[in-house]
Amino acid sequence: MSAALQQHAALDPRDRGGPAQPLLAVSGLRKHFPIRGGLLNRQVATVQAVDDVSFSVAKGETLGVVGESGCGKSTTARLLMQLMRPDAGSIVFDGDEVGAQDGIGVQDLRRQMQMVFQDSYSSLNPRLAMVDSIAYAPRMHGLPARQATQRAEELLMQVGLNPALFARRYPHELSGGQRQRVNIARALALEPRLVILDEAVSALDKSVEAQVLNLLAELKARLNLTYLFISHDLNVVEYISDRVLVMYLGRVVEAGPVEQIYGRPRHPYTRALLASKPTLDPDRRTTVLPLAGDPPNPINPPSGCRFRTRCPYAQPRCAEVVPPLGPPMDALSGAGGGHIVACIVPEAQAGTEIRHVA
Amino acid sequence: MSPDATPATPAIEATGLTVRFRRRGEPEICAVNGVGFALARGQVMTILGESGSGKSVSLKAVMGLLPPFAKVEGQVRIGGRDVLSLPPAELAKLRGGQVSMIFQEPMAAMDPVYTIGDQIAETIVQHEGTDRATAMARAKRLLDRVAIPSAARRLKNYPHEMSGGMRQRAMIALALACSPSVLLADEPTTALDVTVQIQILMLLRELQSELGMAVVFVTHDVGVAAEISDRIAVMYAGRFVEAGTVREVMRTPQHPYTRGLLASTVHGGMRRQELRTIPGNPPSLAALPAGCHFRPRCPEAVSRCMEEPPVVSPRPGAMVRCVHAERAARAADAVPA
Repeated sequence: MSAALQQHAALDPRDRGGPAQPLLAVSGLRKHFPIRGGLLNRQVATVQAVDDVSFSVAKGETLGVVGESGCGKSTTARLLMQLMRPDAGSIVFDGDEVGAQDGIGVQDLRRQMQMVFQDSYSSLNPRLAMVDSIAYAPRMHGLPARQATQRAEELLMQVGLNPALFARRYPHELSGGQRQRVNIARALALEPRLVILDEAVSALDKSVEAQVLNLLAELKARLNLTYLFISHDLNVVEYISDRVLVMYLGRVVEAGPVEQIYGRPRHPYTRALLASKPTLDPDRRTTVLPLAGDPPNPINPPSGCRFRTRCPYAQPRCAEVVPPLGPPMDALSGAGGGHIVACIVPEAQAGTEIRHVA
Repeated sequence: MSPDATPATPAIEATGLTVRFRRRGEPEICAVNGVGFALARGQVMTILGESGSGKSVSLKAVMGLLPPFAKVEGQVRIGGRDVLSLPPAELAKLRGGQVSMIFQEPMAAMDPVYTIGDQIAETIVQHEGTDRATAMARAKRLLDRVAIPSAARRLKNYPHEMSGGMRQRAMIALALACSPSVLLADEPTTALDVTVQIQILMLLRELQSELGMAVVFVTHDVGVAAEISDRIAVMYAGRFVEAGTVREVMRTPQHPYTRGLLASTVHGGMRRQELRTIPGNPPSLAALPAGCHFRPRCPEAVSRCMEEPPVVSPRPGAMVRCVHAERAARAADAVPA
């Protein structure tokens, strides 16, 4: 991996801090949405969509983000892209803080960081032919029209669509998989270094999803890309990620190398999430309910550990302190390759079987 | 083509079900092209297919829920009666009584201006003629049965006051109000989070064996199919291409499409491998390729695939619609016992 990183650094003239400096470092990111109502339209509640989220993405890696609806994974992506302003926290892109005086501006950031959304149809302008959709951003960034079109045709080729057939087509004339290829081409038009894929393959049929996953792997290798891959599909995240971040109700509950998270999860939520995955083996069906109830509402979430209301290991002190992210309790110091977990109960981390006291 | 393992009186039996959408000025859409199956009480059959394969349309055709410009042909028998030729009043009596349906989006299946309790009680009153108080008491027991906490209070809730998982449970309670013998389930867990999805699947499994229902379950998710089915029918471009027990279909798939679908489904242990994919896209239902509809994407296509593919039964109760399966079956027959 380090060889690949060095090669990456040598190839990319935009690289600043070298391979050891994370491409993206997020710390203390927060976004709360006020809910207004009542007679005077006062603020009556707060949705704590993202609350004190910190993580980093190394150059050349794929960081997977998993979690259920309302866990804040998509809000995080939108905050990173500056589609929304965070309430607090810093975003540092290759050493430059976003929006800071001596940092990187939003326009420069978007040259280097692009996003692909879930809905392939609504993210394309229905009145623009594919080639014009892809050429739009390069033109806005100053490339002459003819060169921009030429670049768009190259990109269509790169994502496996023949420009002679597809350049002049409109979004409604393409299948979902083809449209998502166009969205990927468009995201690549400014030669970004980081691509955020927000449920980018979730709406596709399985046979088409596999095609797009292969394409993403190929493009990553060819263009030295770094991915932030957000998905609710645990199998796909395991397939594509080097490291995984697990979110629950706006907070990170566990993060680490994919083998650790899937092989030896320490947070009781991560374990329940993985146990909820359908098994694909009719002889080993799920027989024990991994987790009862629905995810709680992110409006006024539980105090302390937000998972405690569904956690079989919960203790009184879980309500009092927000569990800090730290290495697993049973890990030798320095071991674990950056595996961190936010849980203060040793039995919960170890997954000790619970004896129900009648 | 219905499997031999069929008992004498199936709870639901379809033969030659076809659905065509005809609208003026538009090409005819061949959504379902001759679907047949038979299912006994106590069995779960999953129709597994990708979007546009005709799996949901087949269910809606059985329930008479398609718009007037849909032309439905063939036969569907539930409890010995042909559903497709029933007069509207009789069909209304059957629906919600002997046969019920649950959907992906419970908000679409429930009336937003009535409480959960009212909707369930109304169904019971309509079908069984009981008085409202009895019906309401049964509604409460139904909510208890689908594990909705504090059922008495929840009876007074409107659908929008419940979370996604609770709404799905309420819809299941509504569907089971008159103890149907046949339950049609159209992707009921697709919109749910994974931790809630497994709860609903386990609940459906429990209720199905408790009530001995025949369940036709439609999904695009191979994992969900493995969790819930006794039998799987794989659908492509409006036809079943393969059917058999869940173990047969998942472990020894015979049809090239089934094999491709299983191989392209990402699961643990495939990390960093290049995924095997099915090239191309599913065909347009307005212009289906001649012969085998999978031929243009099939890695094993031969010239004979231009003709109508044979339906082969490699084992009792199983079927495959493919020339290669026919050859394999003949070779197996030729071996002296």
